Amino acid sequence: MSKGRFGEYGGQYAAETLMFALTELENAYREAQADPTFDLEFKTLLREYAGRPSLLYRAERMSADLGTQVFLKREDLNHTGAHKINNVLGQVLLARRMGKKRVIAETGAGQHGVATATAAALFGLSCDVFMGEEDTRRQALNVYRMELLGAKVHPVTTGTATLKDATSEALREWSRRVSDTYYVVGSVVGPHPYPEIVRDFQRVIGDEIRAEMLDKYNRLPTALFACVGGGSNAIGTFYPFIEDASVRMIGAEAGGEGVETGRHAASLTGGTIGVFHGMKSIFLQDDEGQIAPVYSISAGLDYPGIGPEHAHLHKTGRGEYYAVTDEEAIDAFEYLSRMEGIIPAIESAHAVALLRKMHAEFKPEDMVVVTLSGRGDKDVEAIGRYRGQIV
Amino acid sequence: MNTVNTKVNRIDASFAKLRSEGKKAFIPFITAGDPSIEASYLIAKAMIENGATLVEFGVPYSDPSADGPVIMRADERALANGTRLADVFSLSSRISTEFPFIPVVLLLYFNSIFVYGLEKFFTACEMSGISGVIIPDLPLEERDEARPAADAHGVYLISMVTPVSQERAKRILAQAQGFLYCVASLGVTGERSSYATDFKSYFDSLNEESDIPKCIGFGVSTPEQKKELEAYCDGVIVGSAIVRRIEDCIAEGISEEAIAARLGDFVHEFTEVHI
Repeated sequence: MSKGRFGEYGGQYAAETLMFALTELENAYREAQADPTFDLEFKTLLREYAGRPSLLYRAERMSADLGTQVFLKREDLNHTGAHKINNVLGQVLLARRMGKKRVIAETGAGQHGVATATAAALFGLSCDVFMGEEDTRRQALNVYRMELLGAKVHPVTTGTATLKDATSEALREWSRRVSDTYYVVGSVVGPHPYPEIVRDFQRVIGDEIRAEMLDKYNRLPTALFACVGGGSNAIGTFYPFIEDASVRMIGAEAGGEGVETGRHAASLTGGTIGVFHGMKSIFLQDDEGQIAPVYSISAGLDYPGIGPEHAHLHKTGRGEYYAVTDEEAIDAFEYLSRMEGIIPAIESAHAVALLRKMHAEFKPEDMVVVTLSGRGDKDVEAIGRYRGQIV
Repeated sequence: MNTVNTKVNRIDASFAKLRSEGKKAFIPFITAGDPSIEASYLIAKAMIENGATLVEFGVPYSDPSADGPVIMRADERALANGTRLADVFSLSSRISTEFPFIPVVLLLYFNSIFVYGLEKFFTACEMSGISGVIIPDLPLEERDEARPAADAHGVYLISMVTPVSQERAKRILAQAQGFLYCVASLGVTGERSSYATDFKSYFDSLNEESDIPKCIGFGVSTPEQKKELEAYCDGVIVGSAIVRRIEDCIAEGISEEAIAARLGDFVHEFTEVHI
């Protein structure tokens, strides 16, 4: 088995042109890991620029409503409004260490693109973001934010013009400019070492949850909920708890119009093993490996695969993954807004919805943590449209 | 389990003959099923009759991340008309039977093989007279996954090397079979008017390591480029320039026979074969 395996998943299924860059990246990352100043710099940026640690908010009204103690991990309060900034700050530090002058990124909902544009501005790097044309429409506000931050946004018109196509286009661009360009991958996907690097930069979410639960309540949570597209906020939440068998790790996949309709993006629920975007994992595809056109109201979860570590956690049963429909997510979006005065990203609303569906499994003394990966400002217009209102 | 296949691979025979005659290989690429499997057959036949020494069929894929827009569109057309692996195998079988000295090579993404099943796939390759496969997203590090099944059926895994492979080139050459696919420049497939690569030092260092035939591809689009590049190696691979001409023919709405004739003429410009 090659490098970067999570059980049978993962690996390095990349074009020869990119292998040089992936090796260079891995070497640079290993050096950075061994260098205490790198970690110090990263932690300082997280604290002083991103605003960490994020709150672990005890949601009293929700707790009363659902009959169990609910905590919300407020990644939505980070600078740029989502967990994406954690990973981006780490990777851009790495890019600077490697002497790269230009960063590129793919983006779905635009949160990762905004975070990358932000960090590029902070470090004075040039930045190009690839975004499916369909998503540039769904998330027009984020396109403007990226441009405001000095990034160039390239609408991708190939395929389904969504996240998977933006990812393919970023890979193509990287292979053209491999020597001066750093590709900031936005989730725990792609060829090794990306799934490991992104996880390491996102594990701060779970580390903070763990420390705060132990500190304040002297116990670990009963369960963790997070939404999964590629799975970066989920792996960041779960990873520090993998060895704690008592802690349930529960991922909410994008069920779109319902898994039975075929119009969804729930890879683990409806997918099969394959090799795509540099990794062996679980994908929505046909019997000859053609990647399926997927659908979700959430541009951030609208991806036909999932990170290899999640595929492994799913296979071993350590992680649980269930599909949540658009309708359930929108209900949860409105529910959290009214119940707690917090408007979540539509992606994060999938995790809230899953807890609402499963709440009967938890007792009043249980403590469950839902990671709110991002804030919902970007989604207000689209949800309004879905509900038949022009915002 | 499987016994080692001892048949001589057509690729080896073909390059041995070319070298003995002091000739260079001309390798055209087309996407199988663009605009139809029958058209691909007619085009391949016309290209061979005009001097192609090896034929490369691309297996259409939904997300060809190593390909540029021309081949992406060809893949979309081929998939839209329902092209499946069974069609590619039957196409390969017709060509390899009709032209017993011409090697047929497939270019495809690893997922197409993996999901179909490795053993089933390479069995079908052997049955269809396919001599080798090029898998752009199966680098050195992952080759072992496909090698046993490919070996058992006498199908070569054609390796790719790039100007940035550097110290990897040595290891790639150590396990290369048939011929080495030398990528002319960075990026994805597509035509280029010029190259930044220093071909002399690129091929000098490769030749130092191994005598395996070396062919250059990615961006080669004119007979003049072919002439310039083949001076360094054993042959050239032309893909996007051919596929773009097929696309032009489709836009014109000419018959499949007429497309094949036009592509035969185009290949002729490169091979200067007088029939």
